[in-house]
Amino acid sequence: MSSTNGLVIAVPRGALFEPTLAWLGELGIETDELRSNERKLLFRDLGLITMRPSDVPTYVAAGAADLGITGKDVLMEQTDSALPGVGRDVYELVDLGFGRCMMVLATTDGADPAAEALRRLGVVRVATKYPRIAARYFEATGRQVEIIEVKGSVELAPLTGLVEAIVDLTASGKTLRENHLVVREEIAVCTARLIANPVAHKLKAAAIDELLERARAA
Amino acid sequence: MIHPIPSGTRDVLPDEMRELRAITERLRDVFNEADYGEVYTPALEYEAVVTRGELAGVRPAYRVFDENGNVLVLRSDMTVPIARVVATRYPTAEPPLRFCYFAHSYRGVRPQRGQPREFLQAGLELIGAAAPRGTAEALTVLCRSLDAVGLARYRVGLGDATLYPALLESLGVAAADCERLLEALARGDFVGLEHGLRELETDEESIRLLLAVPQLRGGADVLHGPPGPVADAVAGLRAVHALLDADVAEHVIFDLGLSRLPGYYTGAVFEVYDPALGMPLGGGGRYDNLLGEFGRSLPAVGFALEVDRLHLALAAEERL
Repeated sequence: MSSTNGLVIAVPRGALFEPTLAWLGELGIETDELRSNERKLLFRDLGLITMRPSDVPTYVAAGAADLGITGKDVLMEQTDSALPGVGRDVYELVDLGFGRCMMVLATTDGADPAAEALRRLGVVRVATKYPRIAARYFEATGRQVEIIEVKGSVELAPLTGLVEAIVDLTASGKTLRENHLVVREEIAVCTARLIANPVAHKLKAAAIDELLERARAA
Repeated sequence: MIHPIPSGTRDVLPDEMRELRAITERLRDVFNEADYGEVYTPALEYEAVVTRGELAGVRPAYRVFDENGNVLVLRSDMTVPIARVVATRYPTAEPPLRFCYFAHSYRGVRPQRGQPREFLQAGLELIGAAAPRGTAEALTVLCRSLDAVGLARYRVGLGDATLYPALLESLGVAAADCERLLEALARGDFVGLEHGLRELETDEESIRLLLAVPQLRGGADVLHGPPGPVADAVAGLRAVHALLDADVAEHVIFDLGLSRLPGYYTGAVFEVYDPALGMPLGGGGRYDNLLGEFGRSLPAVGFALEVDRLHLALAAEERL
């Protein structure tokens, strides 16, 4: 049996990749092959698969992976609070603490164009890769918003007049500063989470608990 | 010409239908054998009737007005309609009453997910049989049904809906906080549960207990671990376990963290898993207060299996 106790773990590529491998390493799970082979996605012998962070909940929810590591931002964006109780896709087991970022509302510096738009036009236009988080946040704070979903560099949108504000994830704030954007409001702190398939959590309880025990001890 | 149908609905063609029918026929044989009489109720009900009382089930997702301005809903499960049938059509019949059904129910779907709006459930309701005997009967018929379908590797997770609320109450957690914590538990959000518990400013020992109990799942040995406050619920589960035949008990795993929606469950709850499928095949539990809302107070227990998921699990088990 491999050091994942026979479990399949979904590992995110991208910013969370290195800290995730370090965490798995602390549990005694072999990860060198993942580092050396960037094109390979499936490491069956190791019990590991690699993918974009936003795909991790999809694989875990379907049971194609038993466990996965992804950002809280991904989980928040993929949760639909409008339908509470309809299915439990994945269990959120542990806050792993690494990959710490802040979900923020940012605008160009100087006078706040979002406040100005709200006052004079009654609605603020917001560009984001996280349409649900942004919509929920504006609804929860009682403001009208027009969400514009973009796939690429969100920073471009307020600089070109497409929107008055953006909702985005920032680690150091460097990209925002370079584009003369300032954080106006902090929406949520996002860290990496260990998630589990609900059925695997029941049927492979011993394997999962032993892994969590190793994580606590590490 | 291609004519669309609503997302979350689908057509079933003969090859698939034959396989689905084979599953429901085997289930019907088991239900018949156990003396459960099949019923059918209207897919449309008055909203005011099915949402009566505090113990509302899953909120109906689809509403229409009839010609008199009444609000009609598409049923979201069969348990509430059968509670209505018992109170209305069997006001004096000697319990226990045994009903089974094969019927479609309707729920809202999440966008971008392959969840059905309309799904076929096969299930039964045992009205007027209290715990633990009634619960053991329902679990026994459940396991016989899954055996008959041909699933070999399924497990039935057994927990108690009152366990965690009782634990919170015994530790003096305020009702408003309980609701938030139970909601996190129902979502499987253990990180949110821990954050919520840390905000309570209760002692470290209580927090550790509140975090550890929902993680207790496995064989009958988990029933010996947990201390004081949850003793009643655990004793109830032990009593059910003691009544199960060995070939049923071998499929049962205990899960002290199991919480099921809707909110009308009052005791034992169960959920069916198969290692071949990433989602539960069905579930059920005790709802001893629901019949009272309809004016005929009787303890009750039932379960529902999703036929499409049984089919998926069966196909996946065959591939293994």
